[in-house]
Amino acid sequence: MIPLPAPKPDILARRAEIVAALQALVPADGVIAEGIRLKPYETDGLAAYRQMPLAVVLPSSTEQVAAVLRYCHEKGIRVVPRGAGTSLSGGALPLADAVVVGLMRLNSIHEINYADRYAVVGAGVTNIGITKAVENEGFFYAPDPSSQLACMIGGNVMMNSGGAHCLKYGVTANNLLGVKFVTIEGEVLEIGGTYLDAAGYDWLGLITGSEGQLGIVTEVTVRILRSAEGARAMLAAFNSIEVAGAAVDAIIGSGIIPVALEFMDKPCIHACEAFAHAGYPLDAEAMLIIEVEGSIAEQDALLARIKDICARFEPISLKVAETAEQSMAIWKGRKGAFGAVGRISPDYLCMDGTIPTSELPHVLKRIGEMSDQYGLKVANVFHAGDGNLHPLIMFDANDPDSFRRAEAFGADILKLCVEVGGCLTGEHGVGVEKRDLMTVQFAEHELTQQRAIKSAFDPAWLLNPAKVFPLQGALAPAIAAE
Amino acid sequence: MSTPITPTDEAGIIAAVQAARIAREPLAIEGQGSKRGLLRPARAARSLSTRALTGVTLYRPAELIISARAGTPLIEIEATLAEKGQQLIAEAPYLNGVFGTSAPPSIGGVVAANLSGPRRIAWGATRDHVMGLRFINGAGEAIRSGGRVLKNVTGLDLCKLLSGSYGTLGVITEVTLKVLPAPETSATLLIETPDLASAVAALSAGLGSPFGVSAAAALPAQDHAVAALRLEDFAASVAYRMEKLRSVLDDFGTQRVLENGESRSFWRNVREVEPLNTSADEAIWRVSVRPSAGPRIATAASAIGGRVLLDWGGWLVWIAAEPSIANYAAISAAAAAAGGATMLFRAPELLRLAVPIFPAESAPLAKISARVKEALDPGGLFNPGHLRAA
Repeated sequence: MIPLPAPKPDILARRAEIVAALQALVPADGVIAEGIRLKPYETDGLAAYRQMPLAVVLPSSTEQVAAVLRYCHEKGIRVVPRGAGTSLSGGALPLADAVVVGLMRLNSIHEINYADRYAVVGAGVTNIGITKAVENEGFFYAPDPSSQLACMIGGNVMMNSGGAHCLKYGVTANNLLGVKFVTIEGEVLEIGGTYLDAAGYDWLGLITGSEGQLGIVTEVTVRILRSAEGARAMLAAFNSIEVAGAAVDAIIGSGIIPVALEFMDKPCIHACEAFAHAGYPLDAEAMLIIEVEGSIAEQDALLARIKDICARFEPISLKVAETAEQSMAIWKGRKGAFGAVGRISPDYLCMDGTIPTSELPHVLKRIGEMSDQYGLKVANVFHAGDGNLHPLIMFDANDPDSFRRAEAFGADILKLCVEVGGCLTGEHGVGVEKRDLMTVQFAEHELTQQRAIKSAFDPAWLLNPAKVFPLQGALAPAIAAE
Repeated sequence: MSTPITPTDEAGIIAAVQAARIAREPLAIEGQGSKRGLLRPARAARSLSTRALTGVTLYRPAELIISARAGTPLIEIEATLAEKGQQLIAEAPYLNGVFGTSAPPSIGGVVAANLSGPRRIAWGATRDHVMGLRFINGAGEAIRSGGRVLKNVTGLDLCKLLSGSYGTLGVITEVTLKVLPAPETSATLLIETPDLASAVAALSAGLGSPFGVSAAAALPAQDHAVAALRLEDFAASVAYRMEKLRSVLDDFGTQRVLENGESRSFWRNVREVEPLNTSADEAIWRVSVRPSAGPRIATAASAIGGRVLLDWGGWLVWIAAEPSIANYAAISAAAAAAGGATMLFRAPELLRLAVPIFPAESAPLAKISARVKEALDPGGLFNPGHLRAA
């Protein structure tokens, strides 16, 4: 287990006083302090880690968030920001002496402007909620993390969330215009606005993906885009991982940028097929799902080109969807991949490294060897266009040794990602999960530089402690001293 | 100013920064010097240039990634990419015409200024495609941020913080950019509209259509305006979508289509702000504003005898006018009233020293900003006074 800092005894001792003070800052039902009601907040999408917080506060406005942060800053109380709690890296994991600031009540859509193509929404609006609000006019909000039904835009900004379609549409950072941002000192800052690329430092870019280390986002201005005329998928299966990788290179090399390009290995194909009956070829070593956009004629033309390219690599199966229904069937297995793995294993860890795509065969071979070594099964899904790899490590949470091996296996995979020129996390964030691996990717002085920037926003290190930065190291005294 | 220090490798940059740190002598940081005249002159006796730090260090067409040392000329990178049928996504401008320079812009300078051309509206800004960079901080340490992969959220995103920081937070020594296939063809629909407001409405309608408009500009003319919308893709796709786009925008005015070669040179001109047709003694402003507010900015510009060119679907308003404090005040006021932001992009040094180049940060943000500057450049070595008066 990854160690968390010891709680501050003086804060724990003053719990009743702190709860009373928070109750004066937000509406009566906006403070949760009883055990049973605190329970849902003890963990997030990284469910192996649990910790009951000191209290949960649910502000209903930016001003209330500012008042809460101002109070916590004054009293030296740690703060853990939380959206929907879907983080897979433990980004919203509480600490015993921390106040969780939940943003779910900031769930209004303030403005939608179709002529200028933006929407201003509260941080607690769900990702899909934005698209739902604009889809009748033919628009959508592009980043589509797989948790999009639940996850909130404020959390998306904090983690710079991606999705399956970012090869074409980019990640959260590429689709933002501005945020309302509250500092730990309780100052409300307007960062960006309804304009693009103003002169001055790119605070919006720095805040996006900062994992709650710099402040709390309460309102977000996003760009909305007009949806393409249509989209359709095809499936191509190959009898080796190397060949599938070469096919991916050939597609990209031909000048086509598919809107999605997903790769699954054999264990993943089997898990998904058993779950979704999508007609995936069970004898394949690797399978690609390729999606293109445009009119029917454009889809036909692109899919024909891609089919021709794939045909050069002796595919064992090549299926082009003729209809939207067939397209959905192809996607059904992939979209259910996590659930499918959940069916064949009591628990799994979803890893999230990125690698140069040319390294895929080598990386999957090494992951296979590690799987044997640790005695744990693994299934791999891969955003092949952008190199983002999601190995799903299967284990049994009731067996502490199984969990220990799963964590060690995951760490080895991420070290391998860095070793081949990639990174620890493509879209899930560092959180608590990968915190102690940061020294694998960064030199000590580089972490010190990042910590110094964190200190510029949060000098007392009260915001989302024990995440992102290893507890030991220069400029981390506030935590390391515990 | 004395001859710039021009190290040929990163170690040389580090040595120069270390020497400056020990001597407590600030440095003006520059690339090739192609945009000299942008912002305020740095208050430094010596300048440190990355111009001799050249060369593509990694290019993986199948991974859509290129890395190059900061001083590598933009034109060289474009040529390397073109050999493999690829291109830089944000279509960065050269701006030699705007600044009256002949030095080739460097890729490091493009990133340090976060400059983007017409494709920005559809595919993002230069900063969106900076996947990794190396820079030297004020302590003389080499710092990496990001990497050489397309998706990376590991640690704070210093790539974005350094992009557009104009060498005030660190000396960028190497950049890694996402690239994309170059389109097979380009075509542009020109629509003659009665006025600028209807031209902007046409751009919005085009960008709000499903046909993948990749650039959109509005050019005022004597008694009308011209809306320009570009499509880029495989030829069959462009042909199909042009027909659709023409039909969607049928009501806006008389249409004309520029085919491939003409289309490309049209947008090269827009990218270089050529249609503004400025004389050397005019000042140029950049106003960032939402498109529907653009015509109001144009009215304010016209009230002071200025002219405008709208790019990025109207999100970017270029203004040319006489360089004066009164004109500066009028443009700043109009931009602020429209919820936008201004930048005095080109002006005689006297004016650049007399007024803020761009609006000040709010007091609480300025406090954090100063601390971040201190965290990266503790001795205040890099480009003092370049962004704003001390």
